Amino acid sequence: MAYAKNLEEIRALIASHKRWDLVFACVGVLALMIGVLTFVALFSDMAIKGVPRLELDFFTHFPSRRAGQAGILSAWVGSCLVMLTTAFFAVPLGVAAGLYLEEYAPKNWVTDIIEINITNLAGVPSIVYGLLALGLFVYQFGFGQSILSAGLTLALLILPVVIVATREAIRAIPQGIREGAYALGATQWQVCKDHIVPYSTAGILTGVIIGMARAIGETAPIITIGALTFIAFLPPSPLKPEPPFVSFDWLTSPFTVMPIQMFNWTSRPEAAFLVNAAAAGFVLVLMTLAMNGLAIYIRYRLRKRINW
Amino acid sequence: MSAVPGQASMPMAPSNASTRLQQRRTRILRERAIEGVLFLAALVSVFTTIGIVYVLLKESVLFFTHVSLWDFLTDTQWTPLFDDAHFGIMVLLSGTITSSLVALSIAIPLGTIIAIYLSEFAPFSVREIAKPFLELLGGVPTIVYGYFALLFVTPILQWFYPALPGFNILSAGIVMGIMIIPYVSSISEDAMRAVPMALREGSYAMGATRFQTATRVVVPAAFSGLASAYILGISRAVGETMILAVAAGMQPNLSFNPLEPAATITAYIVQVALGDLPHGSIGYQTIFAAGLTLMVFTLFFNVAGHFLRKRYREAY
Repeated sequence: MAYAKNLEEIRALIASHKRWDLVFACVGVLALMIGVLTFVALFSDMAIKGVPRLELDFFTHFPSRRAGQAGILSAWVGSCLVMLTTAFFAVPLGVAAGLYLEEYAPKNWVTDIIEINITNLAGVPSIVYGLLALGLFVYQFGFGQSILSAGLTLALLILPVVIVATREAIRAIPQGIREGAYALGATQWQVCKDHIVPYSTAGILTGVIIGMARAIGETAPIITIGALTFIAFLPPSPLKPEPPFVSFDWLTSPFTVMPIQMFNWTSRPEAAFLVNAAAAGFVLVLMTLAMNGLAIYIRYRLRKRINW
Repeated sequence: MSAVPGQASMPMAPSNASTRLQQRRTRILRERAIEGVLFLAALVSVFTTIGIVYVLLKESVLFFTHVSLWDFLTDTQWTPLFDDAHFGIMVLLSGTITSSLVALSIAIPLGTIIAIYLSEFAPFSVREIAKPFLELLGGVPTIVYGYFALLFVTPILQWFYPALPGFNILSAGIVMGIMIIPYVSSISEDAMRAVPMALREGSYAMGATRFQTATRVVVPAAFSGLASAYILGISRAVGETMILAVAAGMQPNLSFNPLEPAATITAYIVQVALGDLPHGSIGYQTIFAAGLTLMVFTLFFNVAGHFLRKRYREAY
């Protein structure tokens, strides 16, 4: 009898422990839902308020004192040019640094310092990069409050992302590939340029896209270098009708970017400007979502396809 | 064939060993040069750090020739642009600390719960969908979160508590917390998934449930990874700028009450940068002193995290 009673107790104990499993699973789903619901609320709030404003005029008009006529022409052109500059510096530098650390770097204190540095830089607040750019690029080097300064700043900001992605992609390449190439008499650089870099392209691309998605939404460092908020003109065109057909005057031009335009509109009291802010925000979110989505897709494809 | 000039480098000709030696020398030289270039690219990160330290220290030293360090740390007013200028960083620091505490009290519990759920409980399909979703949540620009805090979260909070001012630390902090969740959860989850399966199997074999295994075996084993995740979360919260600049107001306010508006260190830097301060003025120097404070703050947490990780590191 005592035995049976004991069994009952044990069963009750097991049941109560299992109940905790269920409770925690529910709490976990709930926590996830808070994240998901916030995202849905944010997205639909912007869509409801902003989408009616998204006509062609909105993309082809300069900002204006009248909310109904204001547009994001100078902002999206500025964003594109800044992104171009950022990619131009960040991609070669990041890939080269990642390649060096994985394929060339000897195990010594210099390498240790570089690695610790990269880890620490990833944790530095973005506004501190803005202060660096203000002190160094804008005043010390005399680049002024230009597209070049902004592009360089954002390039330094996303450099750790590109380097880490490059290193991970390179590390996934089996040693046999390198040994095979060396056995055929290739030099170290030939191994890198003909094998290592091509095989890690997809992984590098993922990192670059994620980095660019971060850069396009960065506001604080660009405000810090003193980007103007009211720009009713476009930078000089990079293409010219007469030779040499390209010009780099746009690099030194004043500019504004999408997030700064949105910040400007958000900080105004009139409701009509808030609608503009929602519309600009919606475009911005769509852009970052598209970029992040592309990165996730590439990574997913990569994981499925490669079998060394 | 061998008579054609310009083909002297063909390896079949025995007489041009010196040419091949020459080729070999240039190839070695080229390899060296390329290695040098790659090394310089890797050094850019070191130069960035040196640049940051140099710029912050240079302007801060100028600032501290005007204002004593004691005043900077103990004054209870922050009015750098007034005639009666006061430079008490505590005023800005209180805003940073309050907003970070609000954000972390959301991000750390929720991020940890999500990580435990995804790593120990969730079926494969849920994890495959939830992880990219969280990544997208972390990819939304912070200015958009700022807009959301000011025009969506604050009105909802005001519905519960009508006396809440339009700018307040609470709504900015809540949204900041949600923004930080993905950073905390993804690193925590990686740490928990790195715990060897044998530990879980041992726990299950002793009759433990999932919940017991997760909280008493996996979480302690992954503690050093969790610490890294929390430290990253703290760095994000302390350095976050736009959400606070938009939704928390920009008036300096020495208060730890999240229901009030207050400026943080980062919001102050933005506010000054938006204005037109001449290069070299004391107002211009204050933002570097504020930035230096921010760096010291984040550095402190990173060093603390480093030792925490070392202390609790579990090697398998």
